[in-house]
Amino acid sequence: MAHRHHHLVQETRASASPAIVRLNDVTIAYDRHPVVHHLSGGFAAGSLTALIGPNGAGKSTLLKAIAGVLPVSSGSIDFAIDRRQVAYLPQVVDVDRSFPLRVVDVVDLGHWRKAGATRRIGADDRAASYAAIAAVGLKGLEAQPIGKLSVGQFQRVLFARLMVQEAALILLDEPFNAVDQKTSADLMRIVCDWHAGGRTVIAALHDLEHVKRDFPEALLMAREKVAWGPSAEVLTDANLERARQLAANWTDPAAVCER
Amino acid sequence: MLYDLLLQPLLDFAFMRRALVACLALSVSAGPIGVFLVLRRMSLMGDAMSHAILPGAAIGFLLAGLSLWAMSLGGLAAALLVALLAGGMSRLTPLKEDAALAGFYLISLALGVLLVSLKGSNVDLLHILFGTLLAVSDDALLLIAGTASLTVVVLAAIYRTLIAECFDPAFLRAVGGRGGLAHVLFLALVVVNMVAAMQALGTLMAVGLMMLPAAAARLWTISIGRMIAVAVLVAASSSVIGLLVSYHADLPSGPSVILAAGGVYLVSILAGANGGLLRRLLPQRHLEH
Repeated sequence: MAHRHHHLVQETRASASPAIVRLNDVTIAYDRHPVVHHLSGGFAAGSLTALIGPNGAGKSTLLKAIAGVLPVSSGSIDFAIDRRQVAYLPQVVDVDRSFPLRVVDVVDLGHWRKAGATRRIGADDRAASYAAIAAVGLKGLEAQPIGKLSVGQFQRVLFARLMVQEAALILLDEPFNAVDQKTSADLMRIVCDWHAGGRTVIAALHDLEHVKRDFPEALLMAREKVAWGPSAEVLTDANLERARQLAANWTDPAAVCER
Repeated sequence: MLYDLLLQPLLDFAFMRRALVACLALSVSAGPIGVFLVLRRMSLMGDAMSHAILPGAAIGFLLAGLSLWAMSLGGLAAALLVALLAGGMSRLTPLKEDAALAGFYLISLALGVLLVSLKGSNVDLLHILFGTLLAVSDDALLLIAGTASLTVVVLAAIYRTLIAECFDPAFLRAVGGRGGLAHVLFLALVVVNMVAAMQALGTLMAVGLMMLPAAAARLWTISIGRMIAVAVLVAASSSVIGLLVSYHADLPSGPSVILAAGGVYLVSILAGANGGLLRRLLPQRHLEH
């Protein structure tokens, strides 16, 4: 596997690179309950980071805040790049798969930064959409209604849209959820190509074996930060146990946070 | 024979021509609006809005009598107020938008009936709710044509945003799309069209010309563009059929138009190429892959 070699090279470079996104004491609350709690740190430019933690740990919420979909309650998120250089893959369940669109229509949405709400999608943009559809292995299905696709094929379509966006920072929310192994491996190859091409990728995941195998960096969170660094150092039994214990306390009534 | 059936009523009577023009113009704007209401699962929104218009139109009526402009402005203000209040309350309270809307439009409707009964008679109320298609004034015709034109232009401008907002709202927000603005503009279009149709079809019947062709179109195609084309076509042909039937059979015109659209809707439910019932009842053998 060629991409694993890339990781080693990249890792040394990544730790030396400046942060592309910096979290400054970020708290994001729903209804006063913090889902991301006093989180600080930076994602190095060109790094490939897995976001892990128990259910309800705030992984999706953090990604949404970085993507600009949710506001932060306190603290700030600073970008070293234009906000429009950020691409975001929502969880499949947040997308209406019964909506009457064709595969190519969905991928064309990736040109939004250029085409906006009203400008026309030109021939070269359309060509880029077709190339991306071929790259995710869906050649020939361009005009297929998305309602007829399997979950795995639909996830490939959303990856094609990400490819078209040409973003410097790519945020993936549970990208391999509910897809088969073949799809998961194909999509991971795309993620590794992004990484090799110098893009920064942050992905919320729950398969720890997968993280150990393919992700050089990891952020383990349980609303607050538990550990952040090289995956091997983060994914220790002690850290995972601490995350579990933090999660066990969430059902208790909460006092006002004085931090 | 065919001449007597189809052309004679239109050639002989100006009121028939005016009614037809009003209906055709409404078809052009109500068709696409209905399609988006169906796609956004807001099919009952139009109905709610049509009731919300009432107190505003009634206040206009109380102040200025049967004046088209006073009643239209009043209706517009009332419906926009209800839409804004419902949208706001769904954000500030645990009520979802449909419950908030139901609450406000019912208050609005009751208030409207109360206000109409203060001065007018039941006949006036019936005119507002069901229109007088065979007595469309010049002003009403202008209002309808202007509204239809405005609707087409605004819809073209927010078309892509509306689709993205509906399909994948988080993505749209992440790329900086103005989904909220498009939503508000769209709601405003719904209300403006309803108000424009008030004098001709009445607020209740206008919802029919919006929803029935759109729901029928959904059963024939899965392309949004084609759905809009089918909806406009269904609305326009229902207008022609409904008007002619009402003329020859001496039936009220507004309900005839809506029932014609209703007929197309029922046929579509049975025979629609995209999910019609007949396909289900006559199963075809499955394919190899």
